[in-house]
Amino acid sequence: MSARPIAPHLDVAATAARIRRAGQRRRVNVIALSLSPAAMAFGLFWLIWILVETIRLGLGGLTLSLFTEMTPPPQAETGGLANAIFGSLTMVALATLVGTPIGILAGVYLAEYGQKTRLGAVTRFINDILLAAPSIVIGLFIYTVVVARLKSFSAIAGILALALIVIPIVIRTTENMLTLIPNALREAAYALGTPKWRVIMTITLKAALAGVITGVLLALARIAGETAPLLFTALSNQFWSSDLSRPMASLPVTIFKFAMSPYENWQKLAWVGVFLITLGVLLLNILARTLVRNRI
Amino acid sequence: MDTRVEKAGPAVSGSKPKLAVRDLNFYYGGFQALKNINLDIPENKVTAFIGPSGCGKSTLLRAFNRMFELYPEQRAEGQILLDGTDILSSKDDVSLIRAKIGMVFQKPTPFPMSIYDNVAFGVKLFESLPRVEMDERVEWALKKAALWTEVKDKLGQSGAGLSGGQQQRLCIARGIAIKPEVLLLDEPCSALDPISTGKIEELIHELKNDYTVVIVTHNMQQAARSSDFTAYMYLGDLIEFGRTQDVFMRPTKKDTEDYITGRFG
Repeated sequence: MSARPIAPHLDVAATAARIRRAGQRRRVNVIALSLSPAAMAFGLFWLIWILVETIRLGLGGLTLSLFTEMTPPPQAETGGLANAIFGSLTMVALATLVGTPIGILAGVYLAEYGQKTRLGAVTRFINDILLAAPSIVIGLFIYTVVVARLKSFSAIAGILALALIVIPIVIRTTENMLTLIPNALREAAYALGTPKWRVIMTITLKAALAGVITGVLLALARIAGETAPLLFTALSNQFWSSDLSRPMASLPVTIFKFAMSPYENWQKLAWVGVFLITLGVLLLNILARTLVRNRI
Repeated sequence: MDTRVEKAGPAVSGSKPKLAVRDLNFYYGGFQALKNINLDIPENKVTAFIGPSGCGKSTLLRAFNRMFELYPEQRAEGQILLDGTDILSSKDDVSLIRAKIGMVFQKPTPFPMSIYDNVAFGVKLFESLPRVEMDERVEWALKKAALWTEVKDKLGQSGAGLSGGQQQRLCIARGIAIKPEVLLLDEPCSALDPISTGKIEELIHELKNDYTVVIVTHNMQQAARSSDFTAYMYLGDLIEFGRTQDVFMRPTKKDTEDYITGRFG
């Protein structure tokens, strides 16, 4: 049709330019390929150091009495973390139990109903702020509205503070996972005459389930190590307590208290606590990853 | 209403129309995608919609089961009569209309569940069958969709593990399991290899004994091979509609001829 050469690559000048560009690309490639492993090594270095240190200082204290005895007074001969472990498990579990349904429902609303609505946009914006809020702010907030009013530190206040951290994480991951589900799948379900609630329950949420559960597990891992929101809410407790209306011990707060103390037995227990939390979080992360890989 | 149907219907078929489109206009926001469409789709026949991309054939198909209602900016004006009853203005639950008018999409969309549950899913929405009858229904649908022999030993496995062609036949099985009256196929073979395409075309041929089939296709040979009637659309207008052999051998409009012979665009 036009007079342009059919195969422009036969042009000598164009060929030279091509070779030049190929050389440039190769150089950029080499730089990128050496920088990214370096960045990875840098990250891994600290991570491995932390892990090694945690194991070195924590593994030694891993005895049966850790799980049977209460946090000891300073310079005692024996003692464990039983009350702190129980407190952490209780508060983390209940906070997840409270936060997960709210988070999933709100995430479903954002992805399936409020995608383009004003209320959806506002909710999403507020959720982003909550997601980025420092946990100490959340701790202080619960302190003001719950602890100060009831005039007592309590496990319930701690649970509420932790739930407030869980909710935005779960909302965000649920919404993201649901938006990843192609519309074609929704349409196929509607085409069979499926009502909307059933499409969400049996098709989209099911297709996104692995991702949603991963979000919950990551939130769980996050609150398992949170100290700041518990300092002003659940406080701590020297003794065994399963009363939710009273202060409750937890691993992070106990670690915080013990690690800063001058007493050797406390410091040792702090390291064991760190080891326990690290191990727990590691296991949760591995679980989350396997879920995503197997897509349930 | 009846007299109008008689008059306006491009009565080319002889057999009675299953779906009748009357003065249908369709809008995506401010853009008019369908202009005054009038069309009779005959019962127990295969009707093909052909035309270049963006001509409105998929839009028309998606109006038949009110799929467009999922998107608030889309609206349809006019009438679509299913056995003489307007489905656009119908006060019935849209689920009931969609149960009568099944649809299979361009890309296979197996649900995240087992092969068996994929087929049983739609049935469970409208009927509560005892286990034995449900088994029979699933087997029947999979046999109809020419998939039974390939999956009968792995009904419990995930539908996502099947090949593309098998997935598409699974979607057809899922669609016919609820025993619709009309089956809409939106480019069902565009993502498939020639062998799977051949199987689905055979299937379409089988299906017309029990169903009214409407198929959107970009493949001229497919339209010529598998349909009884063909509608050629261009830029939202229905240009020509008639028996497939007539449309392909003796098109009355030059546009149609150009498109069919590939002289178009």
